[in-house]
Amino acid sequence: MKPLPDRLERLVSTLESLEREDRIEMLIEAAGQFTPVPERIARRPFAAEHRVPGCESEAYVWPEAGPGGTLSFHFAVENPQGISAMALSEILRSSLSGAPLEEIAAVPADVVYRIFGRELSMGKSLGLMGIVNMVRSAALQQLQAAAAKHASG
Amino acid sequence: MSKHIDERGYAKADVLVSTDWVAEHLQDPAIRLAESNEDPLLYSSNHIPGAVEIDWTRDLNDPVRRDYLGRAAFEKLMRRVGATRETTIVLYGDKNNWWAAYAFWLLQLFNHTNAKIMDGGRMKWINEKRPVARTVPRYPPSNYTAPERDDTQFRAFRDQTLKHLEQKLPMIDVRSPEEYRGERLHMPDYPNEGALRGGHIPGALSIPWARAVNQEDGTFKDAAELRKIYTEENKLRPGDDVVAYCRIGERSSHTWFVLRYLLGFSKVRNYDGSWTEWGNLVNVPVENPSAETRDEAAA
Repeated sequence: MKPLPDRLERLVSTLESLEREDRIEMLIEAAGQFTPVPERIARRPFAAEHRVPGCESEAYVWPEAGPGGTLSFHFAVENPQGISAMALSEILRSSLSGAPLEEIAAVPADVVYRIFGRELSMGKSLGLMGIVNMVRSAALQQLQAAAAKHASG
Repeated sequence: MSKHIDERGYAKADVLVSTDWVAEHLQDPAIRLAESNEDPLLYSSNHIPGAVEIDWTRDLNDPVRRDYLGRAAFEKLMRRVGATRETTIVLYGDKNNWWAAYAFWLLQLFNHTNAKIMDGGRMKWINEKRPVARTVPRYPPSNYTAPERDDTQFRAFRDQTLKHLEQKLPMIDVRSPEEYRGERLHMPDYPNEGALRGGHIPGALSIPWARAVNQEDGTFKDAAELRKIYTEENKLRPGDDVVAYCRIGERSSHTWFVLRYLLGFSKVRNYDGSWTEWGNLVNVPVENPSAETRDEAAA
Protein backbone atom coordinates (compact mmCIF):
# COMPACT_ATOMS: atom_id res chain seq x y z
CA MET A 1 0.00 0.00 0.00
CA LYS A 2 1.37 3.40 -1.00
CA PRO A 3 1.91 5.93 1.79
CA LEU A 4 -0.37 8.91 2.01
CA PRO A 5 0.97 12.28 0.88
CA ASP A 6 3.07 13.74 3.73
CA ARG A 7 0.70 16.44 4.91
CA LEU A 8 -2.30 14.16 4.81
CA GLU A 9 -0.42 11.41 6.66
CA ARG A 10 0.56 13.83 9.41
CA LEU A 11 -3.01 15.06 9.79
CA VAL A 12 -4.46 11.57 9.76
CA SER A 13 -1.89 10.29 12.24
CA THR A 14 -2.67 13.16 14.56
CA LEU A 15 -6.40 12.46 14.33
CA GLU A 16 -5.84 8.77 15.01
CA SER A 17 -3.82 9.55 18.10
CA LEU A 18 -6.62 11.59 19.67
CA GLU A 19 -9.40 10.54 21.99
CA ARG A 20 -12.83 10.65 20.35
CA GLU A 21 -13.85 14.02 21.83
CA ASP A 22 -10.56 15.65 20.79
CA ARG A 23 -10.78 14.13 17.33
CA ILE A 24 -14.29 15.51 16.90
CA GLU A 25 -13.11 18.90 18.13
CA MET A 26 -10.29 18.93 15.58
CA LEU A 27 -12.69 17.95 12.80
CA ILE A 28 -15.15 20.67 13.81
CA GLU A 29 -12.28 23.16 13.71
CA ALA A 30 -11.43 21.96 10.21
CA ALA A 31 -15.08 22.42 9.19
CA GLY A 32 -14.91 25.94 10.63
CA GLN A 33 -11.96 26.73 8.38
CA PHE A 34 -13.77 25.48 5.30
CA THR A 35 -13.95 28.15 2.60
CA PRO A 36 -16.28 27.52 -0.32
CA VAL A 37 -15.01 27.57 -3.88
CA PRO A 38 -14.08 31.13 -4.95
CA GLU A 39 -16.19 32.77 -7.64
CA ARG A 40 -13.22 32.93 -9.99
CA ILE A 41 -13.39 29.11 -10.12
CA ALA A 42 -17.15 28.50 -10.09
CA ARG A 43 -20.46 30.26 -9.56
CA ARG A 44 -23.88 28.88 -8.73
CA PRO A 45 -25.57 26.99 -10.20
CA PHE A 46 -22.58 24.68 -10.12
CA ALA A 47 -22.05 22.36 -13.06
CA ALA A 48 -23.27 18.82 -12.42
CA GLU A 49 -19.98 17.25 -13.51
CA HIS A 50 -18.33 18.73 -10.40
CA ARG A 51 -20.91 17.27 -8.04
CA VAL A 52 -19.75 14.34 -5.91
CA PRO A 53 -21.89 11.31 -6.76
CA GLY A 54 -23.47 9.74 -3.72
CA CYS A 55 -22.83 12.61 -1.30
CA GLU A 56 -26.05 13.77 0.33
CA SER A 57 -24.31 16.89 1.62
CA GLU A 58 -24.23 18.13 -1.98
CA ALA A 59 -20.46 18.42 -2.20
CA TYR A 60 -18.68 19.68 -5.31
CA VAL A 61 -14.99 19.45 -6.24
CA TRP A 62 -12.93 21.55 -8.67
CA PRO A 63 -9.25 21.00 -9.47
CA GLU A 64 -7.16 24.03 -10.45
CA ALA A 65 -3.91 23.67 -12.35
CA GLY A 66 -0.90 24.93 -10.45
CA PRO A 67 2.82 25.28 -11.08
CA GLY A 68 4.73 22.27 -12.38
CA GLY A 69 1.61 20.39 -13.38
CA THR A 70 0.32 20.17 -9.81
CA LEU A 71 -3.29 20.65 -8.77
CA SER A 72 -4.96 22.58 -6.01
CA PHE A 73 -8.51 21.72 -4.98
CA HIS A 74 -11.63 23.74 -4.25
CA PHE A 75 -14.85 22.51 -2.72
CA ALA A 76 -18.43 23.51 -2.10
CA VAL A 77 -20.81 21.87 0.39
CA GLU A 78 -24.33 23.07 -0.24
CA ASN A 79 -26.04 21.36 2.70
CA PRO A 80 -25.53 23.64 5.72
CA GLN A 81 -25.76 20.56 7.96
CA GLY A 82 -23.01 18.81 6.00
CA ILE A 83 -20.38 19.54 8.59
CA SER A 84 -18.47 16.27 8.08
CA ALA A 85 -18.27 16.97 4.36
CA MET A 86 -16.92 20.44 5.14
CA ALA A 87 -14.31 19.02 7.52
CA LEU A 88 -13.14 16.44 5.00
CA SER A 89 -13.06 19.00 2.18
CA GLU A 90 -10.88 21.32 4.25
CA ILE A 91 -8.54 18.46 5.19
CA LEU A 92 -8.17 17.41 1.56
CA ARG A 93 -7.76 21.00 0.34
CA SER A 94 -5.06 21.83 2.83
CA SER A 95 -3.16 18.55 2.62
CA LEU A 96 -3.41 17.54 -1.04
CA SER A 97 -3.21 20.81 -2.96
CA GLY A 98 0.21 20.84 -4.62
CA ALA A 99 1.07 17.26 -3.57
CA PRO A 100 2.53 14.83 -6.13
CA LEU A 101 -0.28 13.68 -8.41
CA GLU A 102 0.74 10.01 -8.18
CA GLU A 103 0.33 10.18 -4.41
CA ILE A 104 -3.05 11.92 -4.62
CA ALA A 105 -4.29 9.34 -7.12
CA ALA A 106 -3.26 6.58 -4.72
CA VAL A 107 -5.06 7.92 -1.62
CA PRO A 108 -7.44 5.14 -0.59
CA ALA A 109 -11.06 6.22 -0.27
CA ASP A 110 -11.37 4.44 3.06
CA VAL A 111 -9.00 7.00 4.57
CA VAL A 112 -12.29 8.51 5.78
CA TYR A 113 -12.38 5.83 8.49
CA ARG A 114 -8.93 6.89 9.68
CA ILE A 115 -10.14 10.49 9.74
CA PHE A 116 -13.60 10.08 11.28
CA GLY A 117 -13.29 6.72 13.02
CA ARG A 118 -15.28 3.55 12.49
CA GLU A 119 -18.52 4.97 13.83
CA LEU A 120 -19.63 6.46 10.54
CA SER A 121 -22.87 5.11 9.19
CA MET A 122 -22.48 3.30 5.91
CA GLY A 123 -24.37 6.04 4.08
CA LYS A 124 -22.24 8.80 5.54
CA SER A 125 -18.96 6.97 4.96
CA LEU A 126 -19.76 6.20 1.33
CA GLY A 127 -20.72 9.82 0.72
CA LEU A 128 -17.42 11.02 2.19
CA MET A 129 -15.51 8.42 0.19
CA GLY A 130 -17.13 9.93 -2.89
CA ILE A 131 -15.37 13.22 -2.15
CA VAL A 132 -11.99 11.45 -1.87
CA ASN A 133 -12.66 9.54 -5.07
CA MET A 134 -13.48 12.73 -6.95
CA VAL A 135 -10.16 14.28 -5.87
CA ARG A 136 -8.28 11.10 -6.84
CA SER A 137 -10.02 11.05 -10.17
CA ALA A 138 -8.96 14.65 -10.91
CA ALA A 139 -5.34 13.75 -10.14
CA LEU A 140 -5.54 10.66 -12.32
CA GLN A 141 -6.97 12.62 -15.24
CA GLN A 142 -4.19 15.19 -14.92
CA LEU A 143 -1.61 12.39 -14.94
CA GLN A 144 -3.18 10.80 -18.01
CA ALA A 145 -3.33 14.15 -19.81
CA ALA A 146 0.35 14.74 -19.01
CA ALA A 147 1.26 11.24 -20.25
CA ALA A 148 -0.69 11.76 -23.46
CA LYS A 149 1.03 15.10 -24.03
CA HIS A 150 4.40 13.51 -23.40
CA ALA A 151 3.64 10.67 -25.84
CA SER A 152 2.50 13.01 -28.58
CA GLY A 153 5.48 15.34 -28.07
CA MET B 1 -46.70 28.15 7.98
CA SER B 2 -47.68 25.01 9.89
CA LYS B 3 -50.73 25.03 12.14
CA HIS B 4 -50.29 24.61 15.88
CA ILE B 5 -49.81 20.91 16.64
CA ASP B 6 -53.06 20.68 18.63
CA GLU B 7 -54.98 22.04 15.65
CA ARG B 8 -53.68 19.53 13.11
CA GLY B 9 -56.09 16.74 14.00
CA TYR B 10 -53.54 14.09 14.93
CA ALA B 11 -54.71 10.91 16.64
CA LYS B 12 -52.03 11.17 19.34
CA ALA B 13 -50.85 14.76 19.19
CA ASP B 14 -49.00 14.55 22.51
CA VAL B 15 -46.03 12.71 20.93
CA LEU B 16 -45.14 15.75 18.86
CA VAL B 17 -43.89 19.02 20.32
CA SER B 18 -43.03 22.32 18.70
CA THR B 19 -39.78 24.24 18.90
CA ASP B 20 -41.70 26.78 21.03
CA TRP B 21 -42.64 24.03 23.47
CA VAL B 22 -39.05 22.85 23.69
CA ALA B 23 -37.84 26.42 24.26
CA GLU B 24 -40.29 26.70 27.16
CA HIS B 25 -39.10 23.41 28.70
CA LEU B 26 -35.33 23.84 28.50
CA GLN B 27 -35.07 23.91 32.29
CA ASP B 28 -37.72 21.26 32.96
CA PRO B 29 -36.10 18.43 34.95
CA ALA B 30 -38.77 15.99 33.83
CA ILE B 31 -37.64 16.41 30.22
CA ARG B 32 -34.49 15.05 28.65
CA LEU B 33 -33.72 16.48 25.23
CA ALA B 34 -31.80 14.10 22.99
CA GLU B 35 -30.29 14.82 19.59
CA SER B 36 -29.87 11.96 17.14
CA ASN B 37 -28.14 12.61 13.82
CA GLU B 38 -26.60 10.90 10.90
CA ASP B 39 -23.67 13.34 10.79
CA PRO B 40 -21.32 12.42 13.67
CA LEU B 41 -20.01 15.99 14.08
CA LEU B 42 -23.30 17.88 14.21
CA TYR B 43 -24.15 17.44 17.89
CA SER B 44 -20.65 18.40 18.99
CA SER B 45 -20.65 21.47 16.73
CA ASN B 46 -23.69 22.75 18.64
CA HIS B 47 -27.00 21.54 20.02
CA ILE B 48 -30.00 22.72 21.97
CA PRO B 49 -28.78 23.72 25.44
CA GLY B 50 -29.09 20.78 27.81
CA ALA B 51 -29.54 18.20 25.06
CA VAL B 52 -27.65 14.91 25.24
CA GLU B 53 -26.58 12.94 22.18
CA ILE B 54 -27.98 9.54 21.34
CA ASP B 55 -25.88 8.26 18.48
CA TRP B 56 -27.55 5.72 16.26
CA THR B 57 -24.37 3.81 15.43
CA ARG B 58 -22.56 3.99 18.74
CA ASP B 59 -25.44 3.94 21.19
CA LEU B 60 -28.34 2.12 19.58
CA ASN B 61 -26.78 -0.64 17.50
CA ASP B 62 -25.22 -3.86 18.61
CA PRO B 63 -21.52 -3.46 17.83
CA VAL B 64 -21.21 -6.94 16.32
CA ARG B 65 -24.52 -8.30 15.03
CA ARG B 66 -26.94 -6.42 12.81
CA ASP B 67 -29.35 -5.75 15.62
CA TYR B 68 -30.13 -3.17 18.26
CA LEU B 69 -28.87 -2.94 21.77
CA GLY B 70 -30.23 -5.32 24.39
CA ARG B 71 -31.77 -4.54 27.76
CA ALA B 72 -28.49 -4.10 29.69
CA ALA B 73 -27.01 -1.73 27.10
CA PHE B 74 -30.26 0.22 26.93
CA GLU B 75 -30.28 0.60 30.70
CA LYS B 76 -26.67 1.76 30.58
CA LEU B 77 -27.52 4.34 27.92
CA MET B 78 -30.51 5.71 29.81
CA ARG B 79 -28.58 5.78 33.08
CA ARG B 80 -25.79 7.69 31.33
CA VAL B 81 -28.17 10.39 30.15
CA GLY B 82 -29.77 10.54 33.58
CA ALA B 83 -33.21 9.39 32.45
CA THR B 84 -35.66 7.39 34.51
CA ARG B 85 -38.74 5.53 33.31
CA GLU B 86 -40.71 8.67 34.14
CA THR B 87 -38.46 11.04 32.18
CA THR B 88 -39.94 12.36 28.95
CA ILE B 89 -37.35 11.93 26.21
CA VAL B 90 -37.74 14.59 23.51
CA LEU B 91 -35.90 13.60 20.37
CA TYR B 92 -34.79 15.74 17.47
CA GLY B 93 -32.12 15.55 14.80
CA ASP B 94 -30.93 16.11 11.27
CA LYS B 95 -32.42 14.76 8.06
CA ASN B 96 -36.02 15.71 8.87
CA ASN B 97 -35.87 13.73 12.09
CA TRP B 98 -35.14 10.37 10.45
CA TRP B 99 -32.74 9.36 13.19
CA ALA B 100 -34.88 10.91 15.89
CA ALA B 101 -37.81 8.81 14.66
CA TYR B 102 -35.53 5.76 14.61
CA ALA B 103 -34.50 6.39 18.22
CA PHE B 104 -38.16 7.02 19.17
CA TRP B 105 -39.11 3.69 17.60
CA LEU B 106 -36.34 1.95 19.52
CA LEU B 107 -37.52 3.47 22.79
CA GLN B 108 -40.90 1.87 22.14
CA LEU B 109 -39.24 -1.56 21.82
CA PHE B 110 -38.27 -1.05 25.47
CA ASN B 111 -41.72 0.35 26.26
CA HIS B 112 -40.38 3.79 27.11
CA THR B 113 -43.62 5.50 26.16
CA ASN B 114 -42.67 8.87 27.68
CA ALA B 115 -41.16 10.07 24.42
CA LYS B 116 -41.79 12.86 21.95
CA ILE B 117 -40.35 14.21 18.73
CA MET B 118 -39.62 17.89 18.14
CA ASP B 119 -41.47 18.88 14.99
CA GLY B 120 -39.14 20.15 12.25
CA GLY B 121 -36.03 18.76 13.91
CA ARG B 122 -32.65 20.38 14.26
CA MET B 123 -32.90 22.43 11.09
CA LYS B 124 -36.06 24.23 12.22
CA TRP B 125 -34.51 25.11 15.58
CA ILE B 126 -31.37 26.46 13.84
CA ASN B 127 -33.35 28.34 11.20
CA GLU B 128 -35.39 30.03 13.92
CA LYS B 129 -32.09 31.25 15.37
CA ARG B 130 -32.85 29.77 18.76
CA PRO B 131 -30.06 29.32 21.30
CA VAL B 132 -27.50 26.58 20.86
CA ALA B 133 -24.66 25.41 23.06
CA ARG B 134 -21.48 23.44 22.67
CA THR B 135 -21.23 22.36 26.28
CA VAL B 136 -22.02 18.69 26.70
CA PRO B 137 -24.34 18.48 29.72
CA ARG B 138 -23.68 15.99 32.49
CA TYR B 139 -26.60 14.62 34.44
CA PRO B 140 -26.41 12.51 37.57
CA PRO B 141 -26.64 8.86 36.48
CA SER B 142 -30.05 7.38 37.05
CA ASN B 143 -31.04 3.94 38.22
CA TYR B 144 -33.03 3.15 35.05
CA THR B 145 -34.38 -0.36 34.79
CA ALA B 146 -35.79 -1.56 31.49
CA PRO B 147 -37.85 -4.56 30.50
CA GLU B 148 -36.45 -6.96 27.91
CA ARG B 149 -36.73 -5.58 24.41
CA ASP B 150 -40.04 -6.56 22.86
CA ASP B 151 -39.78 -6.88 19.08
CA THR B 152 -43.24 -8.32 18.61
CA GLN B 153 -45.41 -5.22 18.41
CA PHE B 154 -43.52 -2.71 16.30
CA ARG B 155 -40.79 -4.65 14.50
CA ALA B 156 -41.08 -7.00 11.54
CA PHE B 157 -38.39 -9.51 10.62
CA ARG B 158 -37.68 -11.10 7.25
CA ASP B 159 -39.82 -14.20 7.69
CA GLN B 160 -42.72 -12.19 9.07
CA THR B 161 -42.45 -9.84 6.10
CA LEU B 162 -42.48 -12.81 3.72
CA LYS B 163 -45.60 -14.14 5.44
CA HIS B 164 -47.13 -10.65 5.26
CA LEU B 165 -46.46 -10.67 1.52
CA GLU B 166 -47.99 -14.13 1.08
CA GLN B 167 -51.10 -13.01 2.94
CA LYS B 168 -51.31 -9.95 0.67
CA LEU B 169 -51.42 -7.60 3.66
CA PRO B 170 -50.56 -3.93 3.19
CA MET B 171 -46.92 -3.03 2.89
CA ILE B 172 -45.40 0.39 2.28
CA ASP B 173 -42.12 1.07 0.53
CA VAL B 174 -41.13 4.56 1.69
CA ARG B 175 -38.01 4.90 -0.47
CA SER B 176 -37.76 7.18 -3.48
CA PRO B 177 -39.84 6.30 -6.56
CA GLU B 178 -36.59 5.52 -8.44
CA GLU B 179 -35.57 2.97 -5.83
CA TYR B 180 -39.07 1.47 -5.81
CA ARG B 181 -39.06 1.09 -9.59
CA GLY B 182 -35.66 -0.61 -9.45
CA GLU B 183 -33.94 2.14 -11.41
CA ARG B 184 -31.65 2.76 -8.47
CA LEU B 185 -30.38 0.61 -5.65
CA HIS B 186 -30.17 3.63 -3.38
CA MET B 187 -31.89 6.98 -2.97
CA PRO B 188 -30.95 9.80 -5.34
CA ASP B 189 -27.73 11.54 -4.27
CA TYR B 190 -27.12 8.86 -1.72
CA PRO B 191 -24.59 6.08 -1.91
CA ASN B 192 -25.41 2.48 -2.65
CA GLU B 193 -25.68 0.49 0.52
CA GLY B 194 -24.99 -2.92 -0.80
CA ALA B 195 -28.21 -4.38 -2.23
CA LEU B 196 -27.65 -6.84 -5.03
CA ARG B 197 -31.12 -6.52 -6.52
CA GLY B 198 -33.26 -3.50 -7.25
CA GLY B 199 -37.03 -3.14 -7.11
CA HIS B 200 -39.49 -3.63 -4.30
CA ILE B 201 -41.36 -6.27 -2.33
CA PRO B 202 -44.28 -7.37 -4.54
CA GLY B 203 -47.50 -5.62 -3.67
CA ALA B 204 -45.82 -2.87 -1.63
CA LEU B 205 -47.29 0.57 -2.09
CA SER B 206 -44.87 3.32 -3.02
CA ILE B 207 -45.38 6.16 -0.53
CA PRO B 208 -42.09 8.06 -0.13
CA TRP B 209 -41.56 9.18 3.46
CA ALA B 210 -41.03 12.80 2.40
CA ARG B 211 -44.68 13.14 1.39
CA ALA B 212 -45.53 13.34 5.10
CA VAL B 213 -43.39 16.43 5.61
CA ASN B 214 -43.82 20.10 4.73
CA GLN B 215 -40.79 20.81 2.60
CA GLU B 216 -40.45 24.44 3.68
CA ASP B 217 -39.76 23.77 7.37
CA GLY B 218 -39.57 19.99 7.82
CA THR B 219 -42.69 19.83 10.03
CA PHE B 220 -45.24 17.06 9.66
CA LYS B 221 -48.27 17.74 7.48
CA ASP B 222 -51.60 17.97 9.26
CA ALA B 223 -53.84 14.93 9.66
CA ALA B 224 -56.17 15.84 6.80
CA GLU B 225 -53.24 16.07 4.39
CA LEU B 226 -51.78 12.83 5.71
CA ARG B 227 -55.11 11.01 5.40
CA LYS B 228 -55.33 12.16 1.82
CA ILE B 229 -52.00 10.46 1.08
CA TYR B 230 -52.35 7.27 3.10
CA THR B 231 -56.05 6.50 3.35
CA GLU B 232 -57.57 8.21 0.29
CA GLU B 233 -54.92 7.80 -2.41
CA ASN B 234 -53.53 4.51 -1.13
CA LYS B 235 -56.66 3.03 0.46
CA LEU B 236 -55.01 2.10 3.75
CA ARG B 237 -57.33 1.79 6.75
CA PRO B 238 -56.41 2.58 10.36
CA GLY B 239 -57.22 -1.01 11.37
CA ASP B 240 -54.92 -2.52 8.74
CA ASP B 241 -51.90 -4.62 9.66
CA VAL B 242 -49.16 -2.58 7.93
CA VAL B 243 -45.44 -3.20 7.42
CA ALA B 244 -43.22 -0.31 6.32
CA TYR B 245 -39.70 -0.61 5.00
CA CYS B 246 -37.00 1.48 3.34
CA ARG B 247 -33.25 0.85 3.01
CA ILE B 248 -32.10 0.25 6.58
CA GLY B 249 -35.20 1.17 8.58
CA GLU B 250 -34.61 4.83 9.35
CA ARG B 251 -36.99 6.39 6.82
CA SER B 252 -39.59 3.71 7.52
CA SER B 253 -39.47 4.48 11.24
CA HIS B 254 -40.46 8.02 10.22
CA THR B 255 -43.47 6.64 8.33
CA TRP B 256 -44.18 4.22 11.20
CA PHE B 257 -44.39 7.26 13.48
CA VAL B 258 -46.76 9.04 11.09
CA LEU B 259 -49.11 6.08 10.75
CA ARG B 260 -49.14 4.97 14.36
CA TYR B 261 -49.22 8.29 16.19
CA LEU B 262 -50.35 10.99 13.79
CA LEU B 263 -53.02 8.91 12.03
CA GLY B 264 -53.71 6.40 14.82
CA PHE B 265 -53.16 3.15 12.90
CA SER B 266 -53.41 0.31 15.38
CA LYS B 267 -50.93 -2.19 13.92
CA VAL B 268 -47.85 -0.86 12.14
CA ARG B 269 -44.47 -2.55 12.12
CA ASN B 270 -41.13 -1.36 10.83
CA TYR B 271 -39.20 -3.95 8.79
CA ASP B 272 -35.78 -2.58 9.69
CA GLY B 273 -33.94 -5.24 7.68
CA SER B 274 -35.51 -3.35 4.78
CA TRP B 275 -34.05 -3.34 1.28
CA THR B 276 -30.47 -3.95 2.39
CA GLU B 277 -31.73 -7.32 3.62
CA TRP B 278 -34.51 -8.11 1.14
CA GLY B 279 -32.48 -6.98 -1.89
CA ASN B 280 -29.75 -9.45 -0.95
CA LEU B 281 -31.92 -12.45 -0.03
CA VAL B 282 -31.82 -15.53 -2.21
CA ASN B 283 -35.08 -16.72 -3.72
CA VAL B 284 -37.51 -14.16 -2.34
CA PRO B 285 -40.04 -12.47 -4.63
CA VAL B 286 -39.01 -9.12 -6.05
CA GLU B 287 -40.90 -6.83 -8.37
CA ASN B 288 -38.69 -4.73 -10.61
CA PRO B 289 -40.66 -2.67 -13.15
CA SER B 290 -37.43 -1.28 -14.52
CA ALA B 291 -36.05 -4.75 -15.35
CA GLU B 292 -39.39 -5.79 -16.86
CA THR B 293 -39.29 -2.71 -19.06
CA ARG B 294 -35.80 -3.61 -20.19
CA ASP B 295 -36.93 -7.17 -20.98
CA GLU B 296 -39.78 -5.86 -23.12
CA ALA B 297 -37.40 -3.54 -24.95
CA ALA B 298 -35.03 -6.44 -25.64
CA ALA B 299 -37.88 -8.60 -26.98
